[in-house]
Amino acid sequence: MTQLILEQMLNGLQFGLMLFLLAAGLTLVFGIMDMVNLSHGSLYMGGAYFGAAAAEASGSFLLGMAAAMLGMAAVGVILEILLLRRLYQRDHLAQVLATFALILIANDAVRMIWGPQPLLLNPPAALAGPVELFGFIYPAYRLLIIGVGLAVAIFLYLLVSHTRAGMWVRAGAANRAMAEALGVNVRQLFTVIFALGAALAAAAGVLLGPLLAVQVGMGENILILAFVVIVIGGIGSIRGALVGSLLVGIVDTLGRALLPTLLRATTSPEVAAHLGPALASIMIYLLMAGMLFWRPQGLFPARS
Amino acid sequence: MNQRHAEIGLLLAAAALPLVLQSFGEDYYIGFATRLLIFALAATGLNFIVGYGGMVAFGHAAFFGIGAYAVALLMAAGLFSAWLAWPLAVGAAALAALLIGAVSLRTRGVYFIMITLAFAQMIYYSVISLKFAGGDDGLPLARRSTLAPLDLANDATLYWVTLALLAACLFALQRLAASRYGSALAGLRQNETRMEAIGYPVRHIKLVCFVVGAAVAGLAGALLANQNGMASPSQLYWTQSGMLLVMVILGGVGRRYGGVLGAIALLGLEEVLGRVTEHSHFYVGLALLAVVLFAPHGLAGLWARQK
Repeated sequence: MTQLILEQMLNGLQFGLMLFLLAAGLTLVFGIMDMVNLSHGSLYMGGAYFGAAAAEASGSFLLGMAAAMLGMAAVGVILEILLLRRLYQRDHLAQVLATFALILIANDAVRMIWGPQPLLLNPPAALAGPVELFGFIYPAYRLLIIGVGLAVAIFLYLLVSHTRAGMWVRAGAANRAMAEALGVNVRQLFTVIFALGAALAAAAGVLLGPLLAVQVGMGENILILAFVVIVIGGIGSIRGALVGSLLVGIVDTLGRALLPTLLRATTSPEVAAHLGPALASIMIYLLMAGMLFWRPQGLFPARS
Repeated sequence: MNQRHAEIGLLLAAAALPLVLQSFGEDYYIGFATRLLIFALAATGLNFIVGYGGMVAFGHAAFFGIGAYAVALLMAAGLFSAWLAWPLAVGAAALAALLIGAVSLRTRGVYFIMITLAFAQMIYYSVISLKFAGGDDGLPLARRSTLAPLDLANDATLYWVTLALLAACLFALQRLAASRYGSALAGLRQNETRMEAIGYPVRHIKLVCFVVGAAVAGLAGALLANQNGMASPSQLYWTQSGMLLVMVILGGVGRRYGGVLGAIALLGLEEVLGRVTEHSHFYVGLALLAVVLFAPHGLAGLWARQK
């Protein structure tokens, strides 16, 4: 039992860190520009496809990853300058319409280029096997994901809390008008943030590619999870995004693994069979709704 | 008076459509036209919430889907009569909206968008994990509801019933918007704090609006289950909420026919493009972007400006 829990905790940590890669960009877009961006999941999907195609062509997972991150960062810059800039001043409805349109465009664009079949993305050969860890067997590739996720989290933390650019970002999230008045070029800063967010989303897409399928529509599911994360963490806060990601990743993974067993022990098997999966999959949404109801600013409010 | 004439003329033309299609042997399009009207109805309900109530709700699929699943589940339990099942479907959607709205309306702005999304996702995941609701496969209907003395198995009859319900709902919502309640709602949209200070029960007024819009979606869901022959989980998924919201914004938020125009334009464009390309959504998306950038008040707004 403890081994199962430990293994599921690691899986939760791994999933949470991947959610963080997505949520980090999304929360800054949402927090600083007050922009509802539904197309963030499409950047994740685009990254996975770029990565799978580049890895296939070059034979190297690492090159695939680099190509995906650079490619999606470039797409992000173009998107930001051509379209999103015109939307910051508009209401949420216009933003929903435009970014939903981007989802439709991205899904069909991917179908046009790569066809309707899912792509195969293999993990690096060196990491295909399992490793032994504290006396139990764990896939080496998942450990790599945890490692990369932690590294990115530390990098972002240092970037945001210990550099001048990070200070601008925090100032922008707290009060954009004031930051602008004090001489921060929020417009330019934001293009950079958006490109970085796109690159991180692409990285998540490539890293999760070997575990989940690289297919059209893969962004829609995870986008909503990323929204859950940033609402729980506090819109605009990187620290909140990290804590929220880990919370959502671990609660979701552990809930799916343990709730059915727990319910079977406390109620009849029939009730458990019905209620277990339902409860496990809505738990994080309950968490989100509860947070919005009692503490809408989230765990770490970014806005002053 | 001129507008009233135009409306009656349009209604008559719409009513004559199945006869015209039948005479050309294009019976397939009767089903398609019914779908248009059903989505027009669902979008009209959402337009009442977003446009008249000023609440950006991102979970309308929940009520749309609840209406469909209510009809399918009741039919699985042996209740075929539309006279009973459809009002129950509407009631189920309204009850869900009452509970969800009572909690959600304590938040505002982006938080309201997010909390309605959260509740809709809860309903989606609950339904797909219920075995008796068909899980991921959805729940098929044994046959269409019975609406004695009418025969809903006939496609044209289902079309006419849908058209009549859409017209009735549009008329009722229009009367509601013109009533004392509607004036209060309009005032609230402009300045909530002031209305509260004057003594209006703000949250109560918004909740009523939310429930009415959801009930209309429930009715649309009941009709869609009949048209599709099943209640499908995709009807509950967040992308469906997004689609409905896109229809409303495309047609014109807060315009009387915003929902209808948006549904017809979006589904119609999809159908026409689907004839010439496999990738119709690509071009639909481009068209939507053009609307965002060049027609900020939707299609209805475009019309009004030209006049």
